[in-house]
Amino acid sequence: MEDLEDRINESQKMGMQIIKESDDDRLMTLSVGPQHPGSGHFRFVVKLDGDYIVHCDPDPGYVHRGEEKMTEYRNFIQNIPHLERPVIHDSTNITYSYSLAVEELTGIEVPRRGQFIRAIASELNRQVYTLYWLAIYGIFLGHSTMFMWPTGDRELFIDLLEALTGARVTHAFNIPGGVRNDVPNGFKDRCLRQISYYEKRLKEYEDIFYNNPLVRQRTEGVGILTKEDAIRLGVTGSVLRASGVPYDIRKAEPYDVYNEIDFKVQYMKTADSFARAYVPFLDMRESCHILRQLLDKMPEAGEVRAKLQANPRGPPGEAYRRVESGRGSLGYYIISDGTPKPYRVKISVGSFRNMLALPHLLVGAKMGDMPVIYWALNYWPVEADR
Amino acid sequence: MIKDLINPTHFNILVSKLGDTLVKALDKPLGFAINWGRIWSLWPVHLETACCSVEFGAASGPRYDVERFGIIEAFGSLRQCDLIVVQGTVTRKMAPRLRMVYDQMPDPKYVIAMGACAITGGLYVDSYNVLPGVDGIIPVDVYVPGCPPRPETLIQGTMLLQEKIKVSKIR
Amino acid sequence: MSSEADQNNNRNNNCMIISNEFNKNTIDTATTFSPPNSRQHLAVVSNSSSSSRPPSPPPARTVGPPGSSTALRTKEPEPPVFEKGIAGEISANFGQMVQIIFIKPLRIKVAVEPSNIIKVATFLRDNLGFDHAESVAGTDYPKEDQIEVIYHLGSYSREDLAGQVLSIATRTNRDDARLPTLINIYKSVEYHERETFEMLGVYFEGHPRNERFLLPEDWADIPPLRKEFRIKGR
Repeated sequence: MEDLEDRINESQKMGMQIIKESDDDRLMTLSVGPQHPGSGHFRFVVKLDGDYIVHCDPDPGYVHRGEEKMTEYRNFIQNIPHLERPVIHDSTNITYSYSLAVEELTGIEVPRRGQFIRAIASELNRQVYTLYWLAIYGIFLGHSTMFMWPTGDRELFIDLLEALTGARVTHAFNIPGGVRNDVPNGFKDRCLRQISYYEKRLKEYEDIFYNNPLVRQRTEGVGILTKEDAIRLGVTGSVLRASGVPYDIRKAEPYDVYNEIDFKVQYMKTADSFARAYVPFLDMRESCHILRQLLDKMPEAGEVRAKLQANPRGPPGEAYRRVESGRGSLGYYIISDGTPKPYRVKISVGSFRNMLALPHLLVGAKMGDMPVIYWALNYWPVEADR
Repeated sequence: MIKDLINPTHFNILVSKLGDTLVKALDKPLGFAINWGRIWSLWPVHLETACCSVEFGAASGPRYDVERFGIIEAFGSLRQCDLIVVQGTVTRKMAPRLRMVYDQMPDPKYVIAMGACAITGGLYVDSYNVLPGVDGIIPVDVYVPGCPPRPETLIQGTMLLQEKIKVSKIR
Repeated sequence: MSSEADQNNNRNNNCMIISNEFNKNTIDTATTFSPPNSRQHLAVVSNSSSSSRPPSPPPARTVGPPGSSTALRTKEPEPPVFEKGIAGEISANFGQMVQIIFIKPLRIKVAVEPSNIIKVATFLRDNLGFDHAESVAGTDYPKEDQIEVIYHLGSYSREDLAGQVLSIATRTNRDDARLPTLINIYKSVEYHERETFEMLGVYFEGHPRNERFLLPEDWADIPPLRKEFRIKGR
């Protein structure tokens, strides 16, 4: 019998879907694997008792590319292209945090106009990411219109970013010291027109998706994460704000020019899947206000980056800086030993921290609620694996 | 002579010769019809390997609509699919699963290697967990370069695959 | 711990040149207790100085950490008052068991021996209000034959600690790396410690699953983040 057990464990590890009866002949083990429409590039093993999940075990690492080891072999500026690949459609936020940490280590100062452009690109990217997340959430709930509309609307934001940075995704726009280039002519008007169009579209999203009785029935009351549990498990981002904790890094620890912008932290108290799906929507609306203020206050002319050096280096030290990205707080802990290459870079991503809520929420839920709970956690597997 | 014809051996030879001429006559139009059916209904497997999946998702969006080429993301099982798009980096943990998925797909099947990481390892060629290119484990039909490739590039790759299928013999 | 003191030495020498102009700003803003103000003065300084002088190459000066102190020195610029209060409470309670490495605006680093870390972490959670751990990072120092594991703690429930990140650092030997786990105090370190185990080879005693997490199942090499693991071709 042990031989059979071993062989079954072996094949389970290889991701095949087999049925294993346990001693009391009731539990069934399912592997929601990397080739699954409902799981992304991620695998978790659930044990089912009838229709209810009794145990869940996540198994990440299918996109683990060794980012942290690779940073030790490249200097501070060469690290930007591969560090932005974990979330390619939110790439200005993941390099924003890195640039802030490197600037603290090396002492580079960013000119004011550069800070504003960085913040504008960060907010535009937040919209792009959240719309993609909304598209995926809609399609896995079966609402295929909610896949097409956000995917189409985000193309308009990608056009703006393409005019600004030159690439659709993976912009490589932030560098330690500012941004690479200035905004093109007429960017401000184009941006304002896009924001006013988009605010009208947000009302339509609300009508068709968030006020849809089927969606509400599927998501309300499902997967409740209480405030104490959320704090204890250390989740971050929209998952935390949906559980009643109004925590946003842009307010708690304002970086760059966010201390001059007036905005409210959006949070909800109901703590179910509907709240976790609604908070990013509220964030998008708030982001439109932030964008308007940023475009207003941006200085008319000025440098956009400090003078580029080939090999920036600083005295030995360490820095820990955080930024609010689409998934939550994204922190970089960089240790430098005086050479142009970092000694150690540790990336603390929101998805990895939110993964801890997945076994906590899935246990006791029905298998049919699994996409509702899992995709509401705002989990991007490529980022969690780095 | 009729006695000659209904002799069993001669009858067999007659039938086989008739069958040969029939197949030769119909091979071209039948092959054209079957290939036409295959070209305009390529169904990809839902296996996202890494970050290029974002551009694949954007290609399914309303602006770069790949559904007009017949590429519908079939959310059923992979036994109904005939195209596998390797979207991005293949890590050493994902490689056995990729091979298993490829083996489980029925013939005829086609592979598009999308992105620089799937072709040669790309930006991550010196990482400890990344396969240098996917054509060591599965045979690739079309290579689509880019990091990530724009959706238009992916569509051009699909059209190249369609050209390839048009001139291939049916089995 | 000698390299830490050396690092502080270098940083302090570079800081003292500009400490005077910082004192004018820090005294006004650091007396208020809300964290955003203490970051604001950095933004103010960088805005004014960017117009007055072009940025010079980094090794000459550092702008980032305006105040850093070890427990022994007294000649540096005054560290921010609020953070100093927190650090003072910790050293008042534990005395010689902890060593304050630096105090910067919104960042405090404390070094603890592995045998005392559970007491210190419990004190930080119950009395000071740091209720979750953001991340756990392990660093390999082959020159000193040690591995340092650093926990970054934050607070969600207390308003005045909103932007603070307190780091606790422990060190252990490279050859037989064992540390007590903090999972019973901060549940959020579960996956981070597991990842540190597989990436660096540090065994956390008391952690329910010291297993491979992100690496492939057939990984048969040394833990990848150790310095002797070289990437192929480099």
